Amino acid sequence: MSETNNVRAADYRTPLKRVRGLGAAKSGTHHFIAQRVTAVALVFLVLWAIYLALALVHSDYAQAREMLHHPFAAVWLIAFLIAGFWHAQLGIQVVIEDYVHTRWLEAVAQLANKFVCAAAALAGIIAVVRIVLS
Amino acid sequence: MAEFTLPKNSKVQKGKKFPAKAGAKNVRTFRVYRWNEDDGQNPHIDEYEVDMDSCGPMVLDALIKIKNEIDSTLTFRRSCREGICGSCAMNIDGGNTLACTKAIDDCKGDVKIYPLPHMPVVKDLVPDLTNFYAQYASIKPWLRTETPAPDKERLQSKEDRAKLDGLYECILCASCSTSCPSYWWNGDKYLGPAALLQAYRFIADSRDEDTGARLDELEDPFKLYRCHTIMNCTNTCPKGLNPAKAIGEIKKLMVERKGV
Repeated sequence: MSETNNVRAADYRTPLKRVRGLGAAKSGTHHFIAQRVTAVALVFLVLWAIYLALALVHSDYAQAREMLHHPFAAVWLIAFLIAGFWHAQLGIQVVIEDYVHTRWLEAVAQLANKFVCAAAALAGIIAVVRIVLS
Repeated sequence: MAEFTLPKNSKVQKGKKFPAKAGAKNVRTFRVYRWNEDDGQNPHIDEYEVDMDSCGPMVLDALIKIKNEIDSTLTFRRSCREGICGSCAMNIDGGNTLACTKAIDDCKGDVKIYPLPHMPVVKDLVPDLTNFYAQYASIKPWLRTETPAPDKERLQSKEDRAKLDGLYECILCASCSTSCPSYWWNGDKYLGPAALLQAYRFIADSRDEDTGARLDELEDPFKLYRCHTIMNCTNTCPKGLNPAKAIGEIKKLMVERKGV
C-alpha cells in the first residue's frame, strides 16, 4: 500500500495536505475524449466486423482471402484493430489504476498493458497488409 | 491491490439480542452494527426488538428509543431530526440515507443498520469523515473573485440563480461519496461525488470569477476522472440531488475548453 493510500498513517500531516497530495495532473481529458471517440468508432466497426465474421463462416481459405483482399475490407479491418486495441488499452489502464495500488505492480501492469495492446494491434495490421499485398 | 475481503479482526460477528418487553404486540427487529475500539472485540450485530406502538415512524426515532430505553451504549450522530443537518447518514436496509427521513415501514424485514460504508469507524454508527471534509475544503467552496466587492450584494439574474438549483441543497451527509465503489477503492485521491457536486456548484455560479482555475484544480485522472458514472451517488442521495450529472457537466466543460 502506498504512503498516500494509507490515510491513517501515523504522521502529523494535516488532512488537507493528504487530500491535496501531489496536486492536479492537469491531464485526463485527452484520455476521456480518446476513450469516447474510439467507442463511437467501434459501434460502426464492430457491427461491420460481425457482418464480416458471419460472411466468412462457410467460406474456404481462398474465398476468405479474396474477401479481405478488397481495399475497403482492409481499411475497415485495420481501423477496427487500431480503434479496438486503443480502446482496450485505455480501458485496461483505468482498471489497473482503480484496483492495483502496489506501486511497482501497477507500473509493471501498465507497461504490460501498453506493450501487449500495441503488439497485438501491430500483428493484426501486418497480417491484413500481407493479405492485401500478396 | 485493492482489498476485497475483511481482515480477521474486522469480520462482523453475531452480537447480543435485546428482546422486546413482555406484552409488546407490534414488534420490529433492528439489527445494528456495533464496534468499540476500546473493548478489543470484533464488530458485531446486536438485535433490538422495538415495540412500534410506542415508537415514532422514522429509523432515527427507533435508534433514539433504543438508546433511551434499551441500550444506552449505542452510539450514533444526530442533530436536526428533519433532514437538513446530514448528521445521521448511515447505511439502512442496504442503502445510504438519513435515519431521520427514512421511514421504518419502507424497510423490508428486519431493519439492518450499518455505518456509512468503507469509512474508518470511530464507534458503532459513527464514521470518521475527516478525509471527506478535507476534500470539501480542498475545492475551496466559496465565491472566488478578483473584481473588488460591490457596495451592495453581488447581482445575479434569476436565470443564473436557477442554475444553482439541485446543487446548493447538498447537506454534505456523505451518503453519495460513501456509496461510490470508485470512492471506496481510491477515496484518498478521488474527490468523490459530494465534493465534485460542490465544485460544480461554484463553477456554475455566475458570480464566481475563478472558473478556469477551478477546472485546472480538478483536471486529474483521479480527482475527477475516477468517476465511472456508476450512478450509486444519484440513486442514494437522500435529498434527491444528482451528483453524477454535476460531474458529467464538469467533464463537458473540460472537453469544451479543449476546443472539441
